[in-house]
Amino acid sequence: MKTRSLVSIDDLNTAEIMKILKLAAEFEKNPVQDILHGKVVATLFFEPSTRTRLSFESAVNKLGGKVIGFTDASSSSVSKGETLNDTIRTVNNYADMIVMRHPIEGSARYASEIATVPVINAGDGANQHPTQTLLDLYSILKTQGSLDHLNICMVGDLKYGRTVHSLLMAMSRWSTSFNFVAPEELKMPDEYKLYLDNLGLEYHETADLASVIDNADIIYMTRVQRERFSDPMEYEKVKNAYVLYDHMLSGTKPGMKILHPLPRVNEINPDVDANDKAYYFEQALNGVYTRQAIICTLLGLK
Amino acid sequence: MKSTNDPKQLLVSAIETGTVIDHIPASTLFKVIKILGLDRIRNQITFGTNLDSRTDGKKAIIKIAGKFFEDDDINRIALVAPNAKLNIIKDYQVIEKRVVSVPDTITAIAKCMNPKCITNFEKVTTRFRVVSKKPVALKCHYCEKITDQERLEII
Repeated sequence: MKTRSLVSIDDLNTAEIMKILKLAAEFEKNPVQDILHGKVVATLFFEPSTRTRLSFESAVNKLGGKVIGFTDASSSSVSKGETLNDTIRTVNNYADMIVMRHPIEGSARYASEIATVPVINAGDGANQHPTQTLLDLYSILKTQGSLDHLNICMVGDLKYGRTVHSLLMAMSRWSTSFNFVAPEELKMPDEYKLYLDNLGLEYHETADLASVIDNADIIYMTRVQRERFSDPMEYEKVKNAYVLYDHMLSGTKPGMKILHPLPRVNEINPDVDANDKAYYFEQALNGVYTRQAIICTLLGLK
Repeated sequence: MKSTNDPKQLLVSAIETGTVIDHIPASTLFKVIKILGLDRIRNQITFGTNLDSRTDGKKAIIKIAGKFFEDDDINRIALVAPNAKLNIIKDYQVIEKRVVSVPDTITAIAKCMNPKCITNFEKVTTRFRVVSKKPVALKCHYCEKITDQERLEII
């Protein structure tokens, strides 16, 4: 590793990614171990996040470590006007590792330069959320057996969605083809399409979900949020165009899986949940194993 | 400083030893002075600005007696004076001419255009990787957003 922190998915080379995914598979087989005995992990959540925080805390607890921290900035000294610099320097004295979510972009990189213990970025504004990307990769690898030659269909908010951007960048290391399904206002930004062009990777854009899902190995659903639209009429027009129903899945590949970073609102109809192709809750469980692997790798314990 | 030559000559040849930086856009002269720290050194410095230039519209020129720059230092001005030319003077003679080039990394000069970037909230030294030199595009080391030429601001 270049550093002992994990701020951006680009901090890891492909071999390091594969090593973490392999380790995650070992934790899946044997999730309760005493590897973190005597270790303290600080979870600093400057903005609330149920899933990511609980997943990290579960990962630490299963490995015998202890968790300290806060769950939103109002219950910390930040509300008294403390700088991030001072908070990190202080917490650095109390913990063997810092897991941080913060609304300001670049805050995690900054924290990793201040702290002497490893920092894991659990989301810095709209910038990076590398542990989500790694758990997505783990879910894809586990269900498809390989990360090579897959077709990934990304659906919903492709403009602001941090997770789809990171996943796109990560999957572009393998020969992946993409379908982007989004309303006009939420299309994949040009910089990512240019990135794929430069790598010679294939992608198609469409506003018609049904036309592309039969080719997909993975459908990656995201939430289309009302507040992203400048014109509320536009939202009303498109809000039902990006909803997945069970009846739409009849022609899809047998091994296809549906992923979603969660929380979902209405973009996956609950009638999909009973379908074998629905994988989003297992994906959330995979987050625990993946984070166990990340924590142990960064602490040099595995 | 007096010279027997005509005023145009005076601008480039009046120091015995040192550096003349020519073809600075008039609008960025003071940024160049600040970036090079010329406001904090004790060398004799003369500068002229709003001078007519055949190629640059209004230009500025700085003459610094007894001072020579390393490439790494001088390239720091490439963001604000991309066409600047250096004349290295010894014994009143130009012994070398140099041009500036945009370096691969930019530290403590530019401001990140992203209002949500940590560098705009706390006292953090800005750092960028240069992803394109012409036109200039800088990728923030912290928030990873691109600051392009149009939105480039010098601190």
